[in-house]
Amino acid sequence: MAASATTYKDRQFLAVIGDEDSVTGLLLAGIGHVTDGPDAQRNFLVVDAKTETSAIEKAFVNFTQERNDIAVLLINQHVAERIRHSVDSFADPFPAVLEIPSKDHPYDPEKDSVLKRVRRLFGE
Amino acid sequence: MSGAAGREPVFPTRQSLGLMKSKLKGAEVGHSLLKRKSEALTKRFREITRRIDEAKQKMGRVMQIAAFSLAEVSYAVGGDIGYQVQESAKQARFRVRAKQENVSGVFLPHFESYTEEGINDFGLTGLGKGGQQVQRCRETYARAVETLVELASLQTAFVILDEVIKVVNRRVNAIEHVIIPRTENTIKYINSELDELDREEFYRLKKVSGKKQRDVAAADAELLARREQEAAEAIAQGDTKAKPEEEAPDAPDVLGEQEDTDVIF
Repeated sequence: MAASATTYKDRQFLAVIGDEDSVTGLLLAGIGHVTDGPDAQRNFLVVDAKTETSAIEKAFVNFTQERNDIAVLLINQHVAERIRHSVDSFADPFPAVLEIPSKDHPYDPEKDSVLKRVRRLFGE
Repeated sequence: MSGAAGREPVFPTRQSLGLMKSKLKGAEVGHSLLKRKSEALTKRFREITRRIDEAKQKMGRVMQIAAFSLAEVSYAVGGDIGYQVQESAKQARFRVRAKQENVSGVFLPHFESYTEEGINDFGLTGLGKGGQQVQRCRETYARAVETLVELASLQTAFVILDEVIKVVNRRVNAIEHVIIPRTENTIKYINSELDELDREEFYRLKKVSGKKQRDVAAADAELLARREQEAAEAIAQGDTKAKPEEEAPDAPDVLGEQEDTDVIF
């Protein structure tokens, strides 16, 4: 339904879950934010081969459901692939979950959860 | 008619007939309005999906260029700057602001990116060498993120519109296939019941007037009979002037023309 103003008014940050290069680049663009206070939270997560899937899952839930200051969540497609179920079942308008390509993994439109919906809607 | 739709539990009265008729009218108006809304939304929706498709492809190119410029940076700096960048990120310079756009009563958010001036967490990055590359990389990535924000607002609009269109279509179908047939059925039912009541009433009136006619006819017949009888009696009286004792045997006509018997004193 139409989202009320409160659901996105104070959403002003972008969050990112991705490999080191993607995160570094996006941080250079200036999206990085660390909250004040003792329980400082970063709005980015670096994923490498050693990162546990549960940690990614936890960060995804944190960014999408617990924090309400994030407007857009950028996630590398190969990382999204690891938590595909959570990404696919997340259907809320806020935050917008966006799958982005990474340096080592070219973008595959077939795997994108939104493009899959687009394809399904147009019966392709 | 279509028995599946059923009808509403109303008493078949003229008042509820009027109510049902206005309800049907309202349902038809609402149906056409909702249909138009759904069409407008679908048009918008198709436009958005087309733009999403384009933006996704653009994003692939932009991110590729950005990744390449980052590779340049690591080559120029001569080491990994990832850790340094992650540690020095404190305040977001690049932020988004949400705006609303109204499409046929549906509020679609639109993200707008802006940079918070005066925040520079990476002033020291690439200070030793490669500062130019770092600067260029930052610009490239900022442009890439702008594309991403654009895409994100399209995608959010897509998700919201998808849901709204589903709801609107469900309403259109409910009105078209449930409410209108059901109201029509109710109107038909009320009409048939009213007709039946009319027929009953008519039959009753016919019966009553028939009975009245019969009564009148009977009374007429009686009257007529009496008159005839009276007439007959009158005639008979005329006939029996000579013999009045027939008519009034108790009261012998003393004034009659008959000859009185002689009275012998």
